[in-house]
Amino acid sequence: MNNGNMTKTVVPSDDRDHSVAIEITNMHKWFGKFHVLKDINLTVERGERIVICGPSGSGKSTLIRCINRLEEHQRGDITVDGILLTDNIKNIAEIRREVGMVFQQFNLFPHLTVLENCTLAPIWVRKLPKDEADKIAMRYLERVRIPEQALKYPGQLSGGQQQRVAIARSLCMNPKIMLFDEPTSALDPEMIKEVLDVMIQLAKSGMTMLVVTHEMGFAKTVANRVIFMDEGEIIEENSPDEFFDNPRNKRTKLFLSQILSH
Amino acid sequence: MDKNPHNTGIRQDLPPPKMHVGVAGWIRKNMLSSPTDVFLTVISVYILYKIVPPLANWAVLDAVFSGDVNHRNECREIAAGACWSVIVARFEQLLYGFYPVHLRWRVNLTFILLFVALIPLLYDQVRGRKYLLWFTLIYPIFAFFMLWGGLGLESVESSKFGGFLLTVLIGVTGIAVSLPLGIALSLGRQSSMPLVRLLSVCYIEFFRGVPLITLLFVASTLLNYFMPPGTYFDLLLRVIIMVILFAAAYIAEVVRGGLAAIPRGQFEAADALGLKYANCMRLIILPQALKISIPGIVNTFIGLYKDTTLVVIVGLLDPLGISGAALADSKWQGLSTELYMFIALGFFISCFAMSRYSLYLERKLDTGHKNQ
Ligand SMILES: Nc1ncnc2c1ncn2[C@@H]1O[C@H](COP(=O)(O)OP(=O)(O)OP(=O)(O)O)[C@@H](O)[C@H]1O
Ligand SMILES: [Mg+2]
Repeated sequence: MNNGNMTKTVVPSDDRDHSVAIEITNMHKWFGKFHVLKDINLTVERGERIVICGPSGSGKSTLIRCINRLEEHQRGDITVDGILLTDNIKNIAEIRREVGMVFQQFNLFPHLTVLENCTLAPIWVRKLPKDEADKIAMRYLERVRIPEQALKYPGQLSGGQQQRVAIARSLCMNPKIMLFDEPTSALDPEMIKEVLDVMIQLAKSGMTMLVVTHEMGFAKTVANRVIFMDEGEIIEENSPDEFFDNPRNKRTKLFLSQILSH
Repeated sequence: MDKNPHNTGIRQDLPPPKMHVGVAGWIRKNMLSSPTDVFLTVISVYILYKIVPPLANWAVLDAVFSGDVNHRNECREIAAGACWSVIVARFEQLLYGFYPVHLRWRVNLTFILLFVALIPLLYDQVRGRKYLLWFTLIYPIFAFFMLWGGLGLESVESSKFGGFLLTVLIGVTGIAVSLPLGIALSLGRQSSMPLVRLLSVCYIEFFRGVPLITLLFVASTLLNYFMPPGTYFDLLLRVIIMVILFAAAYIAEVVRGGLAAIPRGQFEAADALGLKYANCMRLIILPQALKISIPGIVNTFIGLYKDTTLVVIVGLLDPLGISGAALADSKWQGLSTELYMFIALGFFISCFAMSRYSLYLERKLDTGHKNQ
């Protein structure tokens, strides 16, 4: 379904650059008095895979949650897929339709089967008929390699399987952009790989991805840019090779030495 | 990756070991496995021995069941136990109150069809549920005309209603309306709109803070002052409305507890998928919150059902009111135990059914998932 260009009238069409997926300019966010994001500037081209890393509490989650308005920013602009993110409910709804998100804790709906988890949004948001939604869901469940679990409940699956269902659930909405917030950090080591494999495959298919992760192997193989955040700021932005081999910033060096040492 | 990662072994599946080794084994394992166990078992058996035989003697073995007995003294001549003849004599009154005899078939029909209307609500797997739900939808209108008359049916005044008819009528209406109202209030209490939130909180706190009896008095007396003179507003209807308003406040708080137990991630996942508020609540949050709230909701329902006995205060003749009339009759004076036990049994059956149903529902809705 593509009901795109008609409704995206917020930004004049000549201002829109179709190769840009996300544009964040001079964005600030506060939690109460706490200045959690400071002057964020970030442009994500279509098809880019960006890995965001940084110490705990540096604002990584908050940054990507601002992109689909799970958190509200207070200053600056965020433009997603040509739509300016404002208080306008219609804009927010449209952005959320185009942006998928995968959470650390999976957040599957425990009272619904795996298949129902995947078809819920396509049916109620995209208004697809049920059999078509089922077909799409099965296709993505096959892509994440668990079609045989379709009729089980999330509580009956392993963590790795649940996270793959969560990825499939997002993909069923046919998003243009995928956000991942530490998708593997709640998983046991032997399950991390199965989730990363799915994400690598997704990256190869050309999906625009923003991934908060500390999986440096994943960053090296998949990312075309790595962003390092600390204390609410983007400190360093570089290609993965440069980032790991020649970190420019002192804090980046310190961080890398910490996560690579264990 | 393996197609079927679970089927990697070569050993055959064996049936689980048998745990039961006869009645004696079961008793030893469950009742006599430790000194404390033995002690508690002995005490329990002793208490049962003290209670059950005398009760059985009084209620069954030494009791009079005959409907031909017309006076309590006749009972006493026959046997020393319970005189159930009073129940037989007043049975119809206990069920219908003073509902006209020749119209009681309408009550019976309404009661039987109540179960037909309930089936699609209680069991979602029944065949033809869609059509049954349509019936459920029109059932209240049907019941209204059947009970009160109109549309060509002979009309019956509310003051004639009584007995268990009154209990079931107030109880079922109260339950059916207070649940949606309570859910709406609990959502209102969480609303992001300050005015909605304020109104919900005021409502809940007011109705929870006032005894039901007070509300019933208000319904029976005070409301008349607020209504334009000459208008008549049925007392029974006023009482039902008060019961609904009262129960809804409790339901709202029970459901709020359920809502509070839903992890934030569920809301966030729904938001991230682009679901609207109404769909998010209806499809994701409420099914889970209500499931958690089932014990509390059923608790409130049972309380409401039993509280219907309070309507006797404002002059409605529920089973207790009817039994009061029977006891005032010199023929049956002093047989309160029999009457009250019968009424208790009537209430127990309904409340026990509700309780069992809620257990069934909890088991059915269990998807093996403790909330994250
Ligand atoms: N809802 C909130 N209210 C107030 N403060 C918050 C809230 N959410 C996050 N914070 C604070 O904002 C800061 C950034 O949080 P954020 O979750 O974005 O960090 P993070 O980089 O994702 O860390 P982690 O690696 O631990 O997930 C933290 O100091 C956190 O305590
Ligand atoms: Mg985080």
